[in-house]
Amino acid sequence: MSSQKKFGLSTPYLLLLPGMGFLFTFFILPIINLAQTSTQTPVAGGDTGQYEQTLRFQNYIDAFVENKEQFGRSFVYAILATALALAIAYPLAYAIAFKSGKLKNLLLVLVVAPFFTSFLLRTIAWKQILGEQGFVVPTLRSLHLISESTTLTSSAFAVVAGMTYNFLPFMTLPLYASIDRIDPRTLEASGDLYANGFTTFRKVTFPLSLPGVVAGTLLTFIPAAGDYVNAAILGSPQTKMIGNVIDSRFFKIVDYPTASALSFTLMAAILILVTIYIRKAGTEELV
Amino acid sequence: MAKKPLSPEARSIINSQISRRALLAGAGAVAGAGALAACGSGGSSGAAKDTVRWANWTLYIDVDESGKKYPTLEAFTKQTGIKVKYSEDINDNDEFFGKVQGQLKLKKDIGYDIVTPTDWMASRFIRLGYTQKFDKANIPNAKNILPTLAHPSFDANRDSSLTWQGIMAGLGWNTKVNPKGLKTVDDLWQPQNKGKIVVLSEMRDTIGVILLSQGIKPETCTEDQFMNAVDFLQKKIADGWIRGVKGNEYKEDLISGDATAVIAWSGDLFQLSTENEGKFDFAIPESGGTISGDNFLIPSTVTAESKVNAEKLINYYYEPAVAAEVAAYVNYVTPVQGAQAEMEKIDPTLAKSEYIFPTQATMSRLHVFKALSPAEETKWTEAFQAAAGN
Repeated sequence: MSSQKKFGLSTPYLLLLPGMGFLFTFFILPIINLAQTSTQTPVAGGDTGQYEQTLRFQNYIDAFVENKEQFGRSFVYAILATALALAIAYPLAYAIAFKSGKLKNLLLVLVVAPFFTSFLLRTIAWKQILGEQGFVVPTLRSLHLISESTTLTSSAFAVVAGMTYNFLPFMTLPLYASIDRIDPRTLEASGDLYANGFTTFRKVTFPLSLPGVVAGTLLTFIPAAGDYVNAAILGSPQTKMIGNVIDSRFFKIVDYPTASALSFTLMAAILILVTIYIRKAGTEELV
Repeated sequence: MAKKPLSPEARSIINSQISRRALLAGAGAVAGAGALAACGSGGSSGAAKDTVRWANWTLYIDVDESGKKYPTLEAFTKQTGIKVKYSEDINDNDEFFGKVQGQLKLKKDIGYDIVTPTDWMASRFIRLGYTQKFDKANIPNAKNILPTLAHPSFDANRDSSLTWQGIMAGLGWNTKVNPKGLKTVDDLWQPQNKGKIVVLSEMRDTIGVILLSQGIKPETCTEDQFMNAVDFLQKKIADGWIRGVKGNEYKEDLISGDATAVIAWSGDLFQLSTENEGKFDFAIPESGGTISGDNFLIPSTVTAESKVNAEKLINYYYEPAVAAEVAAYVNYVTPVQGAQAEMEKIDPTLAKSEYIFPTQATMSRLHVFKALSPAEETKWTEAFQAAAGN
């Protein structure tokens, strides 16, 4: 049955074709285009948005130096949001996996429920929540936790809070998947060996959930570092992230080379950080 | 009163849904998607003989209660037999430019016979030769244009552009927080507004208003003067006075109380004060405000036949009665002389509106930002964006 064998051999490639074709058209080609654009310079005497290839790699340095503040801010905010999301999502995922009983499916649906609304709308909703007419500000004021003149919107707090909220499901789901897979007998065994609850968590549960932690933090950190919606809607001029700069370079200043160079620098920075992180975390198997 | 205009309440409800500027706010966020979607359209080969295709901003023309029909456009079709394919395809000047530039360069039909970009973008279209000169014999009503708008630097004799609507920028405020009102730009910097001031992300309006407060005319400002004004803005941001440099989102901030004083567009504040029983007010600062416009242009790719249709449509909107009908809905400055008298017939209150029909005294305090060379445009925008944190 040679013909069948032949068919069998080509099957994986045929199956790969749609995915590869899609990636090639919508990822590889734009990336090449972006790389070409990143070293261009304005045409002398040309109009807005006219650039020519001069292989000016200095663009990268200029772009980075000019915007290092926003770069730094992006990573600080992304790390904060990731840490907060982990702190909130871990107990949540743990409770759903081990303690929720019959409610498990319902709770999982609730975790995903925010996705039924648009990302933009949810972020705008945070503006209302933290705004002067929301319940948070008056409550905090009456408790004298913030002064009369302090506002919560247009602040770093609002941006990080928005990012934490928006990316929380991306943290919760991989964590849940990891924790749910832990064999309860390993926990019982730990108890049999006279480990108390905390020790069991530290020595058994957490290490076994590590793949979920790594996957969750990556799924949160990577989009958070490149995010600009939260900073645009909830932030102020002093909380702008690198995504906002790229947006303004592309669409307002019409400075395609700088925008491209910034995009590449961001990609590279994330890649490096993520590689170091995965090495440190020591997990080969992601998820 | 044959044609019953909407009551102020109904109008405010419709207006509150989303104004064309509101879309600018979200435009950045969906720009990627918009750019993608843009690739799919505009490939058709010219308009039919009796059709004119117009790309305009969203919710920027009179609409009937169902929100599906445009009364003035229908009347135009009835009058001339020319059908109008009206599309709300402009969300953002730069985005729209990116969408049609390629075809204009290749001299291929872009799918529109009329486009309405803002002054500075209209200037770019004209500079690049992407427009056609009007046959003025077909637009006799062009004489109705307000004198203030008749001679912009980008098209001194209005040979290839005419204003669709005018947009004033000045000061807006919450009347409870600022009971005395704001008369000058310096009035913004009062303790009750600290951290609650929003300025427009439209560079020419915000910097224009600041320049005027420094005694400099935006029509003739130099680079040093411009940069100086940008530094001033940056300092106010760094000192915590200004909470945001935004597009239309400042409206939400005003309503929620997060913003109490703004550099803003007249039409927006008009709507806000109608919706909120006078909780907000607007004024042109004593030192002056800016006026800009969105402009009718006929792209270079339009055939001679379609061009005539386009010119007839432009002429139609320069009839005072028609202009009044549009103004009653959109609340922006109407560029057509005589529309005020027509508005008396539709709605006497609106006819007195300083927002739609600024008085001569106000008009003389409104300034048009000068046309920038491409190099200036890039450099100045860069400085402004940097001040805005971008």
